[in-house]
Amino acid sequence: MALLEVAGIGKSFGSTAVLRDISFTLNEGEAIAIIGSSGSGKTTLLRCLNFLETADTGSITVGGETLWSADDIHTQSEAAIRKKRLHFGLVFQNFNLFPQYTALQNVMLAEQLLAKERPDYKQHKKEILAEIEAHARELLADMGLSDRAGHYPHQLSGGQQQRVAIARALALKPDILCFDEPTSALDPELTGEVLRVLRDLAANKTTMIIVTHEMKFARDVADRILFMDGGVVVEQGPAKEVIDHPKEERTRQFLASYGK
Amino acid sequence: MIQILTTYGGLLLTAMGQTLLLALCGLFFACILGLIFGLLSVVKNRACNIISIIFVDAIRGVPMIVLAYFIYFGIPYLLNTIMGFGGVTLSALQAGTICLALNCGAYMAEIIRAGIESVDKGQMEAARSLGLPYWRAMFRVVLPQAIRTMIPSIINQFIITLKDTSILSVIGFPELVNTAKNVVANSFMSFQVWAIVAVMYLIVITILSVLAKQMERRLNRGRE
Repeated sequence: MALLEVAGIGKSFGSTAVLRDISFTLNEGEAIAIIGSSGSGKTTLLRCLNFLETADTGSITVGGETLWSADDIHTQSEAAIRKKRLHFGLVFQNFNLFPQYTALQNVMLAEQLLAKERPDYKQHKKEILAEIEAHARELLADMGLSDRAGHYPHQLSGGQQQRVAIARALALKPDILCFDEPTSALDPELTGEVLRVLRDLAANKTTMIIVTHEMKFARDVADRILFMDGGVVVEQGPAKEVIDHPKEERTRQFLASYGK
Repeated sequence: MIQILTTYGGLLLTAMGQTLLLALCGLFFACILGLIFGLLSVVKNRACNIISIIFVDAIRGVPMIVLAYFIYFGIPYLLNTIMGFGGVTLSALQAGTICLALNCGAYMAEIIRAGIESVDKGQMEAARSLGLPYWRAMFRVVLPQAIRTMIPSIINQFIITLKDTSILSVIGFPELVNTAKNVVANSFMSFQVWAIVAVMYLIVITILSVLAKQMERRLNRGRE
């Protein structure tokens, strides 16, 4: 059974349909890349999956549990959605690190606040907080940022900031890690260091959805590719097949603009 | 001038103390009101937004001297004479505090609203995507950033409110202007007395400005 099942997601802003009947599945340990031109609805789709936007139609199922369904009002309350967000981690195009916290604090914040809800928090506060810090330091080490733990976001390069953001998204051990154009705000040199992290994550079988404009990266790293245009999935399939031998005319046109 | 200072100096200093007391009381409650109505204006709830708009517009639309008369004379009259409760009295300090809190609170609400709106929406989204509930995201992530941008406006508002205490001389609160009027009435030395009063205000507000600048600098550490 697929880890993630997205069925019939639709979303309109006013009278403009941004997403129409989007369906796809994602298996555990699989990386899927979503490609397409600007305004094709890629980002909106990701935002719907993270409940930052509410879709108008369709359903989202993770591990057999229906997290959200347009037909079931009980899945749509704020309190219900809050916990379900934790199935997904989200990495933003502009990093969105919290500027008033250090890299380490950025990574620890969500876990610390969540720990406060544990019944044994008061008794074992010290141990719990030490555990969280150790975990956060480990994540930063994985990102090659051990020596930057005490730095504030503005003291870090864009690539370092994005790697902190990835560590932050990983802190709550989400089932699925989502990336919204993670390298679009970076220059080519810094893009490389973030893509390397993504490659490592893929090699470690992290389940990922990556919205990206890096075609070569998508071809090499993603297992499958979803090509979107005008709010619909035009073509999906194994990454190399979609990039090297696209079936649809629209996909060919799009890839041609990348000189492929 | 020397004569005024030796004769009335103590009196004027006490009055300055009263001015500061009134300003402090007013500002304390103004901050609370401002935060409440500021937050009401940014939450995604139409009713809350409208309540905040009505409060801010109503207070901004009434001169403070009218508000002072209304609270000090009007409210007790309404309660005692019209509604027949009897025995409700407001001291000048209480009425003055309410008046300043409402007036300054309305402007603070606007400052806080603007401050929150100036924070990149991505911050709230990032916090929420990490599973933080709305209010926790607001207080842990958004507000600390908003406060930095708000500090200059808040200090400015504090200074305005400190000066506005002089308006409350009309309800007989023994603050600096009210006391100075009495001193002038006794001594007939208008020029000297008002010059001294002006300098006293100037000193206090300058000190406040300098402190504010220092605080701003402290808060701005760790920002590009």
